[in-house]
Amino acid sequence: MGFLNYLVRRLALVVPTLFGVSLICFFLTYMLPGNPAMVKAGPFATAEHLAEMEHQMGLDRSLPEQYIRYASGLLHGDLGESSATGRPVSQDFIQRLPATLELNLAALLIAIAIGIPLGVLSAVHRDTFIDHIGRVVGITGVAMPSFWTGLLFVYVFFYLLNLAPPPLGRLGSGITPPAHITGLYVVDSLMTGNWIALRSSLHQLMLPSATLGLSVMAPVARMVRSTMLEILESDYIKAAWAAGLPRRTVIYGDALRNAMIPVITILGIVFGFLMAGNAVVESVFAWPGIGNYAVTALMTKDSGPIQSFVLFVAVMYVAVNLLVDLAYGLADPRIRLR
Amino acid sequence: MPTLPSSPPVTPRPIPPSLVWRRVRRNPLSFTALCVIVTIALIALFAPLVAPYPPDATDAGSALQSVSWQHLLGTDLYGRDQLSRIIYAARVDLSVAFAATAAAVAIGALLGAIVGYRGGWVDNVAMRAVDAVMAFPAFVLAMGITAAMGNSTGNVAIAISITQIPAYLRLIRGEMLRVREMEYADAARTVGNPAWRIVLIHLLPNCLPPLIVQATLAMGFALLTMASLSFIGLGIQPPQSEWGVMTAEGASQIVTGEWWLFLFPGLAIMITVLAFNLVGDGLRDFLDPRMRGIR
Repeated sequence: MGFLNYLVRRLALVVPTLFGVSLICFFLTYMLPGNPAMVKAGPFATAEHLAEMEHQMGLDRSLPEQYIRYASGLLHGDLGESSATGRPVSQDFIQRLPATLELNLAALLIAIAIGIPLGVLSAVHRDTFIDHIGRVVGITGVAMPSFWTGLLFVYVFFYLLNLAPPPLGRLGSGITPPAHITGLYVVDSLMTGNWIALRSSLHQLMLPSATLGLSVMAPVARMVRSTMLEILESDYIKAAWAAGLPRRTVIYGDALRNAMIPVITILGIVFGFLMAGNAVVESVFAWPGIGNYAVTALMTKDSGPIQSFVLFVAVMYVAVNLLVDLAYGLADPRIRLR
Repeated sequence: MPTLPSSPPVTPRPIPPSLVWRRVRRNPLSFTALCVIVTIALIALFAPLVAPYPPDATDAGSALQSVSWQHLLGTDLYGRDQLSRIIYAARVDLSVAFAATAAAVAIGALLGAIVGYRGGWVDNVAMRAVDAVMAFPAFVLAMGITAAMGNSTGNVAIAISITQIPAYLRLIRGEMLRVREMEYADAARTVGNPAWRIVLIHLLPNCLPPLIVQATLAMGFALLTMASLSFIGLGIQPPQSEWGVMTAEGASQIVTGEWWLFLFPGLAIMITVLAFNLVGDGLRDFLDPRMRGIR
C-alpha cells in the first residue's frame, strides 16, 4: 500500500517534467537558424514550392498548434527525419542504440569496479595515505576532459605500445559482426560462440570504455566515500563498536551493506555523466552509437539527429532517475513517507 | 507614532585575520591552486607581452616541430607556435567560462531569491521549470542549445549559462526558505522595509557563501563544457585558438606521432579545471569547516 502510494506520487512528478522537456526540445528544434522547409525543399525550390512545403510541415500554423503536432509525433515515436541519411531519425537511432548501450554498460562496470572499492577504502582509512591517493585520483579524474583522456589512451596504447587496435569502431577490419540477438557484440558473440568476434569486439571496446569509465569513476568514488563516512559516524555503527564486534564485521558487514542503498542513487547521476561523455568519447573512437550520430550530424547541419539525441537523453535520464527513486523507495521504507 | 529608523543591513560576521591565516595554512593545496588561477589569469591578461610569438603567425619553414628551445611546446601544421596559441586561448576560455558563470549566478540568485521569498504558485512553477531543465545532462543541453542557435563565442556562453542557472536558483531558493523565517528577517519586516529591500539587502548576503563555492566549482565545469563543445565542432571555430579546438586539431596528428599537438592544450584544460575545483573545495572547507572531509 505504502509503496503503491509512493509510486503514484512519484509518477505524477514525472509528467510535468516530461512536458517541460518536450517544450524545451520543441523550442530548440524551431529556434534553428534557417527555415527547416527551405532545407528540405533544397536550394533550387521556387517560392510556391517552399510555401507548399511549409504548409505540409505545418510551419504556417500558430506555435501552440505546431507544438501539439510535434508532441503527438513524439508520442508516436516520430523523431523527424535526418536530411543526411534521408531516413527517419528513430530508425537510425534503433540501429545505433546497441553500440551506445554496450559502451555505456562497459564503462559503468569499470566505474563501479574501481569507484566503489576506492570510495570505501578512502572512508575506512580516512585521512591516511590511501584516502589522499583516492582524493587525488578523484579530483584529477573530474578535471580531465574525456576527449583528451581518450586521445592520450590512443597515443599510448595504440601508437606507442601497439596494444590497442586503431580507434575505428566496434570490430577490427575484415571481421564480420556476430549474429544479431541483442545487438551488443560482446554478448552476441558469447551466445553464438563466435570467439573471433568476441576477441575483436572486446579489444575494440577496451579503450573507449576505459575512457568513459574513468570519467565517471571519480564521482562514484566520491559519493561512496561520503555515504560511507556518514554511516561510519552513525549511532548503530557506534553501538556495534561498543558491543565489541570485530572490525571486519562492522565495516564490511554492517556499514558497507547499509552504504550500498544510497549508492543506488548514484547510478542515476552516473547515467547523466555517461550520456554527457558519450557523444564526445564516441566521436574520438569513431564508435557508431547515437552520440557519434549526433556529432556527425553537426558537421552537415542536420538538425534532426542532434535535437532527437538531446530529447532522447533527457527522457532516458528522467526514466533512469524514476527507476532509481522507485528502487530506493522499495529498499528504504522511510523514503516513501516524504 | 515616531518613525522607526531603517534598520542597518545584516552582514555575515567577518572572520578574524588570524583565523583566516590558520585555515589557509591548513589547506596548502587549495592555496597553491588559487595562485595557479591568478597566474593563468595574469598570463591571459598580458598575453601579448608573455607570448613569444604572435598566435596566428604561420611559418611554413618550421611546421610540425617538436618541443625545442625556439618553440617550447612545439609548432603545428602551419608552423604556428603552440605555446603562444595556448596563452592566447586562455583569454577565450577563461572569459567565456567567467562570463557564463557570472551571468548564471546573477540570474539564478535573483530568481531564486524572488521565488524562495514569495513561495506559493510562483515557487511551484519555477521549480517545475528547474526540474525540466535539470532533466537534461548539462553538456547535452548545452550541445542542443549551441546547435540550435549557431556557432559563435557568445552563443556558447549563453548555452553554458542556461545550463547553470537552475543549480543557483535551487540553491538560493533553499537558503531563502531558511533565512526568511529567521528573527532578523522578522525584525526587518516589522520596521516596515519593502520586500525588495529585505530580500536584496538583508537576506541575500546571508545566502552567499554556498553560492560562491558552487560558482567556483562551476567555473571548472564551464571550462570543460566549452572545450568539449568546441572539440566536437560546436561553438568556437578554428582558426580561433581555443583549448578544445586545438586538441581537436592535434587529434589528427596522433597517428603520425606528433604528440605535443594534442597533449598540451588538454593539459592546459586539466590544470585550470583542477585549480578551480581545488579552490572550490578549499572555499567550502573555509566557509563551513563542518563540511571538512565529508564531501
